[in-house]
Amino acid sequence: MKKIINNQEQVVEEMLDGFMAAYGDEYRKIDGVNGVVRKNKKEKVGIVIGGGSGHEPLFLGYVGEGLADGVAVGNVFAAPTPNNVHEVTKAVDSGKGVLHIIINYAGDVMNFEMGAELAEMEGLTVKTVSVCDDVVSAPIERSEERRGIAGALYVYKIAGAAAEQGLSLEEVARIAQKASDSIRTVGIALTPGTIPNTGLPTFELADDEMEFGMGIHGEPGVHRTKLLKADELTDKMLTYIFNEMPLENNEEVCVLVNGLGSTTPMELMIVNRRIAQILEERNIRVYNTDIGNFCTTQEMGGMSISLLKLDDELKKYFDVPAYSPFYMRKGK
Amino acid sequence: MANSLTVEQTCLMFNYISKKIIENKPLLTEVDGAIGDGDHGIGMSVGFTAASKRLNETELSSINDIFKTTGMAMINSMGGASGVIFGTMFLGGVKKAPLIEQLNLESLTRICESALKEVKLRGKAEIGDKTMVDALEPAVEALKESVSQSLCLIDGLKSAEKSAKEGVEKTKEQYPKFGRAKTLGERAIGHQDAGATSVWIIFRSMREWVEKNKN
Repeated sequence: MKKIINNQEQVVEEMLDGFMAAYGDEYRKIDGVNGVVRKNKKEKVGIVIGGGSGHEPLFLGYVGEGLADGVAVGNVFAAPTPNNVHEVTKAVDSGKGVLHIIINYAGDVMNFEMGAELAEMEGLTVKTVSVCDDVVSAPIERSEERRGIAGALYVYKIAGAAAEQGLSLEEVARIAQKASDSIRTVGIALTPGTIPNTGLPTFELADDEMEFGMGIHGEPGVHRTKLLKADELTDKMLTYIFNEMPLENNEEVCVLVNGLGSTTPMELMIVNRRIAQILEERNIRVYNTDIGNFCTTQEMGGMSISLLKLDDELKKYFDVPAYSPFYMRKGK
Repeated sequence: MANSLTVEQTCLMFNYISKKIIENKPLLTEVDGAIGDGDHGIGMSVGFTAASKRLNETELSSINDIFKTTGMAMINSMGGASGVIFGTMFLGGVKKAPLIEQLNLESLTRICESALKEVKLRGKAEIGDKTMVDALEPAVEALKESVSQSLCLIDGLKSAEKSAKEGVEKTKEQYPKFGRAKTLGERAIGHQDAGATSVWIIFRSMREWVEKNKN
């Protein structure tokens, strides 16, 4: 393993130390757990996100203005503990209730569920929305089993805006769920990432192969093939999305082209060139595009494409300005 | 041979279980790496390290305290699915139990029965789903059978260990319904479940400790 770390057991704590050293003016680390919250607490619905470490800037990077209020950071690729979720939930609660936005993995579901139970025992109100945007991870009949990946960013963004505007917990949860239901993501893998606390690769793939639908922890995908050229690959990836999210003429989408770690901005832009062509051919309007590393697995090679289908309501909240050290939206 | 363990002896046995799980970190990592994401060994090792530490610094006055302390330490240190599930196994074992002052075959069996029930409630897995339930449920059945035959503690543990091991073997042929192995479908056939392997190591360690500390 070739990684710039000190101690395999301490990567999460030392990452948080570095984050706090840089951004401590705006964030507070909660004593005793790996939780971080915004210092500027407002009277509004609190939004808590979280998950295993190793996917940065997900999740830590999406706490901020118009985004989440707190994050429960887990060990490497392991959901945060109920105790951590509970502490972060308490810290962001202003009496208006708290929304947990989780990505759909068994560990995250169970730990957040227990964390919510602990908070509810103390009289807090918690609602949960689970992001399941990875279309390749289960067929549509079992879409509730699908994993959550990069598309979660849109849910954080939109729910964060709805909370910032003073909506009730019921409403923020409804809008977050609607955003979640309007996102489809498909990913491909080229090369594995290395698990920092074992030094092991997350999967094995031959030098000239790629895999469709492989998960961000190396969960096997649906189709392994020889390396394709960018255009052909992009066409195939979009087909998975169009097959189940038919987009009509003049409908609007947001596009998220996400690198998984070591895939370069150059490659991502080449992919986006083709995405823009295809969407134009289909008369689908692109409202906004983000290109970058939003949800990674260490130095994993590969990328994902997410489309968010907009309506007036989602667009309104998408347009609210947002800021964190890892995500910025100017607003329109 | 000791047919029941005091609180102090049970605590020593738990420390031994921790040691054995930590020793088996490479095996659990390898087993999980084949069809999961390879972190089961790390998680279990973190959990049992925390459990051992808490057990040694906590005033323990009953068997209930030992299971509760172990379960809470695992839940609050591990994270992931296995943190909740294995934490719930220990915690759930004594959730509704009256005060238990000695660990004998009867009390262990009642604890394990309750543990199985709570784990199934939390994780929603049933026998045959290629999870830790596939080792735990046969072990619980073996314990119940041993109680009905009035076996001594060590014989009950031997039977539970054997059934857990058979359960682990069966997971090799099972189609995964949970966790990250689920996406593998048929490709998971031939590989045993990591959580079930941990359950087997726990029963094996209990048997070993009782055998080594006969008096």
